[in-house]
Amino acid sequence: MPSKMTDTRTRPLQFRGSLALAVQQFPRNRAATVGFVILFAICFAAAFAPWVAPYDPIQIKLSMKLKPPSFEHLMGTDHFGRDVFSRMLWGGRTSLSVGLLVVGFAFMLGVPLGLASGYFGGKVDNALMRLVDAFLTFPPLLLAVALVGLLGPDIKNVMLALGLVQAPILARMVRGSTLAVREDVYVTAARALGASPLRIVLSHLLRNMVSPIVVQLTVVFAAAVVSEASLSFLGFGTQPPAPSWGRDMSEARRFLADAPWMFLAPTSIIAVCVLSINFMGDGLRDALDPRAWRTRRSVGADA
Amino acid sequence: MSLLRVRNLHTRFATDRGDVRAVNGVSFDLEEGEILGLVGESGSGKSVTALSIMRLVPEPPGRISADSLAFDGRELLALSEAEMREERGSSMAMIFQDPMRSLNPVLTIGRQMTEVLRRHQKLDGAAAKRRAIELLETVGIPSAEKRLGAYPHQFSGGMRQRVMIAIALSCNPRLLIADEATTALDVTIQAQIVDLVKRLTRERGTSVIWISHDLGVVAGLCDKVNVMYAGNVVESGPIRELFHRPSHGYTLGLMGSTPRVDGTGVRRLTPIEGMPPSLIEPIPLCPFLPRCRVSIPACQTVSPERRDFGSDHWARCLADLKPGDRAP
Repeated sequence: MPSKMTDTRTRPLQFRGSLALAVQQFPRNRAATVGFVILFAICFAAAFAPWVAPYDPIQIKLSMKLKPPSFEHLMGTDHFGRDVFSRMLWGGRTSLSVGLLVVGFAFMLGVPLGLASGYFGGKVDNALMRLVDAFLTFPPLLLAVALVGLLGPDIKNVMLALGLVQAPILARMVRGSTLAVREDVYVTAARALGASPLRIVLSHLLRNMVSPIVVQLTVVFAAAVVSEASLSFLGFGTQPPAPSWGRDMSEARRFLADAPWMFLAPTSIIAVCVLSINFMGDGLRDALDPRAWRTRRSVGADA
Repeated sequence: MSLLRVRNLHTRFATDRGDVRAVNGVSFDLEEGEILGLVGESGSGKSVTALSIMRLVPEPPGRISADSLAFDGRELLALSEAEMREERGSSMAMIFQDPMRSLNPVLTIGRQMTEVLRRHQKLDGAAAKRRAIELLETVGIPSAEKRLGAYPHQFSGGMRQRVMIAIALSCNPRLLIADEATTALDVTIQAQIVDLVKRLTRERGTSVIWISHDLGVVAGLCDKVNVMYAGNVVESGPIRELFHRPSHGYTLGLMGSTPRVDGTGVRRLTPIEGMPPSLIEPIPLCPFLPRCRVSIPACQTVSPERRDFGSDHWARCLADLKPGDRAP
């Protein structure tokens, strides 16, 4: 047998998990790496805003109002003389945590719903999907506005509302993927080897849907950041004087002609954030799918 | 006592247009260490028979019933789903037609092999790994240790089927069901896989149900053959008997439509005309009658009963076929 020819016996067992391989794969995508670095930097700066921010974000200093960017005020000042850069950092805490929590909420609610619906089918599927349909019939932002209106304008309610808006979309998508993957031969093969339903769902169905789910979650994150901005813009989210990207953007529009930096700062940060997330999602999708790996590892390549 | 006893197995699928009787009264026995071929065209109920034995038919819409479906003396239909899961993969295993799709594309070969070993043999990680390497070497995969970390797409079709065989045999099952296991492979690989299955199952005394529509493969591998048509066994017998003296119009037709390379004269292949019957309506007469080329007048009035020809060979056919008869 050819197996005698190899010297692998002398080497220690190396049997790396797919996660390690995925991590190794991720940096191969340039755009994704850049996206990750930028996002990390923004998150880091936002998280450490109390130490990083040069000024107090809510301290009013009217003598300094509407000053253009300078070395003292990197992104200029707003109509109350507050430092825009500091406000962006503090606002990031709000916007990004909204994004993350909405992603978490949508994931925890949407994925199990979708899996249950797709895996069990029949009546379970019908019941769950009609519920999802009911949610999907409302325009997402209007639904969020209604929910916040019902619960009161508070950032926690914004998170809840956005999560409830996003979860059905995710559930729908996961259900579709489940239906497709469920019919694959390897699922029957796994059952023929004695795998339990839980194992099938976790290690076969879910594992094969990681790519679409991750991509959808990056979309959810981006949508959440933008929606929070929209809700705050409309006055339902963050209440003044607390900083938030969307809130500040909404205030800046009154000074668009006199102080464009006030408007440019939040819009460009949101844009950069969303773009970075999308690039990162792309990279994650490829890194998590062994079939999309660019360079074949030596294993099996000589087969 | 035989390892597997199937008596009057029925599997139906509920559809909008009525129940499809995919398996319609199948009975057979499988002895310890015996290799049984199940042949017939697409839709004849071979695969559903196999899936019913493993209880892998989705219920609903499927419904399995039988007078007896006993594996090693235990009635499978009486087992709970959890008890059945303990049997699957450990005492009975199955490999499928398409090795390209029967391995999970996003899990490493090693993970898929050790999962089964850990589940059924309760091996720890390291022991399962060692066993997986041994198994891969047994099925002839070189550099087995390195390949544990490979993904299915890095393997060729033949290698994947070898991996599937390794996984299926990893817990030393007493019954292996191979559903068209070589159909998707090219001929040289087919021969290797057939040899491998033959060697490994003979060594271990594993009983095999080999599903195929390739009579050549069946002739080379099996001890016994069941010919299936429209959800039932129409002829059954030891391999030599059945090939020497096909006694059902359908078996004859199958043989007539199979090319031979053993040089028994140049002849035209004769296809079986027409289509298999719908399995929704009950079939009162011989289900093969509309396509049969050797039918006799009695076929139009009576349903054929099982006729025995000795040495375990029987057929449900009214026509008296003689050895050497061909499909006209």
